Amino acid sequence: MKKGRKKHWYEYLWIWTIVYFALGFFNILFAWLGMIDFILPLIFAIVGGNKWFCNHMCGRGQLFWVLGRNMKCSRRKPSPKWIASKWFRYGFLAFFLTMFGTMVFQTYLVFSGAGTLRKAIKLFWTFKVPWQWAYNGSVFPDWVAQFGFGFYSLMLTSTLIGLIVMALYKERTWCSFCPMGTMTQGICKLKAGKTKPEA
Amino acid sequence: MRKAENDRNRCVACGLCALRCPREAIEIRKGCYAFVDITKCVGCGLCEDACPTGSIKVKEYEVARV
Repeated sequence: MKKGRKKHWYEYLWIWTIVYFALGFFNILFAWLGMIDFILPLIFAIVGGNKWFCNHMCGRGQLFWVLGRNMKCSRRKPSPKWIASKWFRYGFLAFFLTMFGTMVFQTYLVFSGAGTLRKAIKLFWTFKVPWQWAYNGSVFPDWVAQFGFGFYSLMLTSTLIGLIVMALYKERTWCSFCPMGTMTQGICKLKAGKTKPEA
Repeated sequence: MRKAENDRNRCVACGLCALRCPREAIEIRKGCYAFVDITKCVGCGLCEDACPTGSIKVKEYEVARV
């Protein structure tokens, strides 16, 4: 972002976000790659006690910046105060984790044979969108694809929410209540609590 | 004198301010909050401009004359 210095490879990770959604459009199994974005920040937080992933590697945050700032798709207005308030952040995290749990349970139903594979994605946890072209069977069992559809829905929904708040408010408003950000900051605070960060 | 000040209770430690700072005056402390080194801060306001939560603000400081 600062001019006149060499850019690091990880500053281009916004391209990865676009590639990810494109891959999932053609084959839903690629949705599993999104797990990297779930696991890496947690490793950074748990092992390193930092938010290096958010700070430098988050492709989604970078995409919001590229679209919002560089392509001027954001109003760049301050967001309402409640968006960054603790109750909303942790509430959204709880909601997000519940939805994640529901998705894992649905995968389990397909795994156990109690449910059948549904080739659709759900936007905003409500609207069903047919997505059958993205899966025509594979060497993997059906539950692998079911998780793909569920996970892709989650990733697409959160990106759409991020895009809406990007357009309405500051470019990276999503970061104020991103569940991964809230979770990793929480972990970092717990870790730092043991060794108080200096003032 | 203008300097950036961060509300640590509101900061989500996204690190955007640190990325934008031309003087490398901001660091994310232990993944908890952004820390502004006021000896380096020039009060340009780029951090405030980017901050999604509005926690970092540039404020006017009175300089004590000795």
